[in-house]
Amino acid sequence: MSASTAPAPAAAALPAARADWLPLALVPAIMAAALPLFGDISSWVTLTLAGLAMGMMIFLMASGMTLVFGLMDVINFGHGVFISLGAYATLLVLGPLAAWAHAESLALNIALLLLCIGAGMAVTAGAGAFFERVIVRPVYGSHLKQILVTMGGLIITEQLIHALWGASPIPIPLPQALRGAFVIGDMAVERYRVAAVVIGLVVYGLMHLVLNRTRLGLLIRAGVENPEMVEALGYRIRRLFVSVFIAGSALAGLGGVMWAFYRQTLTAGMGMEVMVLVFTVIIIGGLGSIGGCFIGSLLVALVANYVGFLAPKLALVSNILVMALVLVWRPQGLFPVARR
Amino acid sequence: MSAAPLPSPAPAMLQLEGVQTHIGPYHILHGVDLAVPRGGVTMLLGRNGAGKTTTLRTIMGLWKASKGRILFDGEDITRRATPDIAQGGIAYVPESMAIFSDLTVRENVVLAARSGPIDPARLDWIFSLFPALKRFWNLPAGHLSGGQKQMLAITRAIAEPRRLLLVDEPTKGLAPVIVRNMIEAFQALKVAGETILLVEQNFHAASMLGDGVLVMDEGRIVHAGAMSELVADKGLQQRLLGLSLDTHQ
Repeated sequence: MSASTAPAPAAAALPAARADWLPLALVPAIMAAALPLFGDISSWVTLTLAGLAMGMMIFLMASGMTLVFGLMDVINFGHGVFISLGAYATLLVLGPLAAWAHAESLALNIALLLLCIGAGMAVTAGAGAFFERVIVRPVYGSHLKQILVTMGGLIITEQLIHALWGASPIPIPLPQALRGAFVIGDMAVERYRVAAVVIGLVVYGLMHLVLNRTRLGLLIRAGVENPEMVEALGYRIRRLFVSVFIAGSALAGLGGVMWAFYRQTLTAGMGMEVMVLVFTVIIIGGLGSIGGCFIGSLLVALVANYVGFLAPKLALVSNILVMALVLVWRPQGLFPVARR
Repeated sequence: MSAAPLPSPAPAMLQLEGVQTHIGPYHILHGVDLAVPRGGVTMLLGRNGAGKTTTLRTIMGLWKASKGRILFDGEDITRRATPDIAQGGIAYVPESMAIFSDLTVRENVVLAARSGPIDPARLDWIFSLFPALKRFWNLPAGHLSGGQKQMLAITRAIAEPRRLLLVDEPTKGLAPVIVRNMIEAFQALKVAGETILLVEQNFHAASMLGDGVLVMDEGRIVHAGAMSELVADKGLQQRLLGLSLDTHQ
């Protein structure tokens, strides 16, 4: 092959990529717009942090589903059951190590939380692999069948949870170090919410790194847009599908663990109960977009908290209102993925 | 009808024997026999709906042949999965270009270079073929014009050395100046020794690029020969393609 003798391209001389900053500005804009509506700053700080924590938990629960939908074009109505399974998996750790939750040692408390997260993700990853192989794979390409069969999978798995752990709600203890609040002046900031924000940010950061800085991430983003062309470039998209489904299920499991400690009660239907929120943030963010899902989660949670405090009668419709306004502005969501 | 393989002293790099393809209830290819010799450009011509795109997609394994054999360098690839065919050295540029709009131009090319970082000298050579791509290197590919997207689609196919390029209508819908750029790029690829099977509706472009020519109609090859012969024979052009070169100058 002949090659010209021109100098090698200098990356620095090439134009930089332009980012779409407008949706990113929405979260700080809403936070700033809400501030004058509160009589005191401590209420605003408390509600803002509660909203951010809630948003992070919704993001953890929704991110896997948007990825699965974006890449595999699979509408998994059974996603909620992975949230429940992740939550119940904490019992595998809390059973033998319940004493750690009441220990005064911060290290033991954190270790317990991390073990619960590990158990939740491992159980849901395994369940996800089984779910993809047995329930989802036969219905690739048919949305109607996917909705029906994944709903069926959800019902069966919920019943399995009842069979294994009983139908009654199960209380779980929050590790000692995560109980209570940090008090700064007249502001009270709940410790667990701070932990949820930190974990949510870490997970988002990792996902952002993987999606934007690795070949695997490039493949996933390309696969979301045109899986056939990814295959024509020589990559096995099927393996990628399975891996992403497993990762998406594990993320739902992680969200389930965080949600479980937030509620401190386990019920088999707890995953299904948050699915309306999950669908809302996925639509707001743009189907298949992780960044959109992150912003959408924060928006929905912040607005729900602010409206719940300022105008409680509107709290129930606030999510739908946010979704409607975003879709009027950007009909395909905040960060539309090209194929959709 | 003259559906014999192209006359060539070298063994064919790609050979299709009686290939039939069904898409759902539709029978599209009715027994395609063709041979693509090593090196140079073989044009695949024919009216709309003749089966040209289906032929390329069947070679790539994107649609499976229901009958017949596809031999690539003597190996039967008929039942192979698309990624295996691509890894075997066949690159495909679809009619839709199928660039990844959300990825930058650089990311599109990085993804196409499966074996690792792109050779800088090769990248320079590609930039010499398509200088516009260098300017938009870090911009999302969705921001490119139609011609630039086509350049990117071809760049992806040649980001690494491949044994055979399948290119589907690269000049479709492009401005004349971009078509000229495309023709020059394919001529450069030809000089570089690439083997290309090129589907084209623009007979003028085809006549400037093709060494051999295959003409399809109703899912079969109805003519195979040298491009120069078809260019010289207006009666044959009229009979096979319903046109003459004069009308496409």
